Amino acid sequence: MTIKVNNEKISVENNATIETIVKQMNLPSFGVAIARNNKMVPRAEWSTTLLQEDDSIVVVKAACGG
Amino acid sequence: MENLVIAGREFKSRLFLGTGKFNSNILMEQSILASETEMVTVAMKRIDMDNQEDDMLSHIVHPHIQLLPNTSGVRTAEEAVLAAQLAREAFGTNWLKLEIHPDPRYLLPDSIETLKATEELVKLGFVVLPYCQADPVLCKRLEEAGAATVMPLAAPIGTNKGLRTEDFLRIIIEQSNVPVVVDAGIGAPSHAAAAMEMGASACLVNTAIAVAGNPVEMAIAFKEAVVAGRRAYEAGLGSVGVIAEASSPLTAFLG
Repeated sequence: MTIKVNNEKISVENNATIETIVKQMNLPSFGVAIARNNKMVPRAEWSTTLLQEDDSIVVVKAACGG
Repeated sequence: MENLVIAGREFKSRLFLGTGKFNSNILMEQSILASETEMVTVAMKRIDMDNQEDDMLSHIVHPHIQLLPNTSGVRTAEEAVLAAQLAREAFGTNWLKLEIHPDPRYLLPDSIETLKATEELVKLGFVVLPYCQADPVLCKRLEEAGAATVMPLAAPIGTNKGLRTEDFLRIIIEQSNVPVVVDAGIGAPSHAAAAMEMGASACLVNTAIAVAGNPVEMAIAFKEAVVAGRRAYEAGLGSVGVIAEASSPLTAFLG
């Protein structure tokens, strides 16, 4: 199926979870958060949150700013 | 000098630092440490699938520093609430610099959305420090909504123009029951000292330090200015007069 990660379309397996895509992204262990369809998903639920067709995933991390 | 207290946490330093615009993360960290700040802002951004960037957080996480995530990039209260929830998850703190500025040209805060978001975020348990217009009425409304501080602007973000809103800042400081942090537009240590002499509780500075010829030295200059300004405020400034008043005896001692 196809989902969007930060507006970029990617293909994932049907039983993929948020954890599945996180593993591909070389994320730092602290300072990262994820929203699925504009709702924040706590880190503890990444491995159990199954992705669905057309899901929009937003992955954010710390950045410099005032 | 009195410590600053926000939401029950005490701060010795009354200088908050932003982390934008530094030439490198190393220079940013050196400036933060030189300033002796205990409150540092951090933004969030979407990351690429092939993320390879240096992790800026490792340069700002120190035991004495309270991270203050901001909501930069949001345009509405609804977006701000999602950004706040992401920030709380990412950084493990419920402290938040709420900033909603939809117009990229002047980056002026949207007062209506800021008030709505403050009301909502306080209910959700956030310690909300809203960046806002130097509007005394709005600042009282934010305080009533439960904001932990108000952070009125001195001038548009990044302009280094100084205390263009001075008259309104004075009213805000006079009326506020929460700390008043002057945020945005402070371009020189003298501006920060002036704000502190007026009774501001703290200053938030970013551009003026980050783009200085020597950011580390400028961070020290701001630290000293904020201390001097606060010390002067607590000491009680002399009154301003029109007619000269001799500070030496005027008796004619030569006969």
